[in-house]
Amino acid sequence: MSQAPLLSVENLAFERDDSCLFSEVNFSVDPGDVLQIEGANGSGKTTLLRILTGSLQPSAGNISYLGQTLSACRYDYLSDMLYIGHQPAVKLNLSAEENLRWMVATSAQSNYVSVKDALTQVGLAGYTDLPCYALSAGQHRRVALARLLISEARLWYLDEPFTSIDKQGVAFLQSCLQQHVAKGGAVILSTHQDLSLTGLRRYKLVPDVEAIA
Amino acid sequence: MSSHVARKMDSGFAAWLRRDLLLAYRRRGEVASPVIFFIMVSTLIPLGLTPEAAELEKVAAGMIWVMALLATLLSMDALFASDYQDGSLEQMLITPQLLPLPILGKITAHWLTTGLPLTLISPVLGLMMSLPNAGYLPLVCSLALGTACLSLVGAVGAALTVSLRKGGLLLSLLVMPLYMPVIIFGTATVSYAVDGLNWLPPLAILGAMFAASVALCPLAAAGALRVTASN
Repeated sequence: MSQAPLLSVENLAFERDDSCLFSEVNFSVDPGDVLQIEGANGSGKTTLLRILTGSLQPSAGNISYLGQTLSACRYDYLSDMLYIGHQPAVKLNLSAEENLRWMVATSAQSNYVSVKDALTQVGLAGYTDLPCYALSAGQHRRVALARLLISEARLWYLDEPFTSIDKQGVAFLQSCLQQHVAKGGAVILSTHQDLSLTGLRRYKLVPDVEAIA
Repeated sequence: MSSHVARKMDSGFAAWLRRDLLLAYRRRGEVASPVIFFIMVSTLIPLGLTPEAAELEKVAAGMIWVMALLATLLSMDALFASDYQDGSLEQMLITPQLLPLPILGKITAHWLTTGLPLTLISPVLGLMMSLPNAGYLPLVCSLALGTACLSLVGAVGAALTVSLRKGGLLLSLLVMPLYMPVIIFGTATVSYAVDGLNWLPPLAILGAMFAASVALCPLAAAGALRVTASN
């Protein structure tokens, strides 16, 4: 019996204010895949990722997880998914450790990597007790990315994860993605960076020509 | 990936309650402002109206209730606003748990940081407004239940207006009609007691409103957030 893909997307389309942002989006993702979503600014990369997380409804098309539609397996799907959006969801009044602690407490599955260890690994040792308003934008992003080390979710959706991170950070994040994929996970990310990952595929979002004309 | 044992999942209620209380503790000055507003205005009333006890005691309960309502309303639009801006609201919307539970956690934290302090400080203000002795216990009871209703109902309004940049005024207009029954029965509880009547029936109606709000408002707020926050 051939296994259904981890995630498959068929004929997805999204309209906003009567204009079509994209249509006919088709791809599927299996364990071990990294899918890089490319496209010009405003081509709908973030919108596509938000549709995948279920927080936006597509105007047409199907998303299925392990062969089932999302509405049929919403709980399992959301438990198996981790989304880090444009905004890192970091509270400025809380310290890095407190931020990570509630993020982990509200997310579905997590392994036994401790919050302190995860923050040390992303290079925030010594900053864990400072309120986050004292940290830089790159460090905020690192706090959010520390969730990746703790999560057990198989599907990772990362929206511009490399924004404002330094070179070592980019290298670390790439190795982190590589490990996740090697363990049988899958990553869908939007970025303009050139990545050197095995199993990398690219999907280019093409704006709907009719809508522009 | 299943080699690790998954941690037991939180319903989301406790995690969001803990986080919002911690946040409130970090922003003590901001969080205290409704309470300070409440105290200040109630102090000004005897100065502006009349210091005579006979006059004041007629309006005491109503004034304290109006101030408590306005103080709660002031703090309401901040409930989801900062979470919406920094992306944590989006994270809340995509958790697999039932969405009303984290929302109820946030509302509980809101009540603990505004409604409860208002309730606790109200006897002192009652003293300032020469509230008759029979009115204190009903005042505290009705405020405890009533402010909880105000927080719950206000959360629905806050959820509906979260994506608007200047939603404050609209929020007030939306929830004000729903606040009216609360203030009517709240002040009735106190005035019944002052008049020597049985004050439990209006308090029971407040209790019924509270029970209905606990059951319905988190659901309504969850539905509203799904619609508004996705834009």
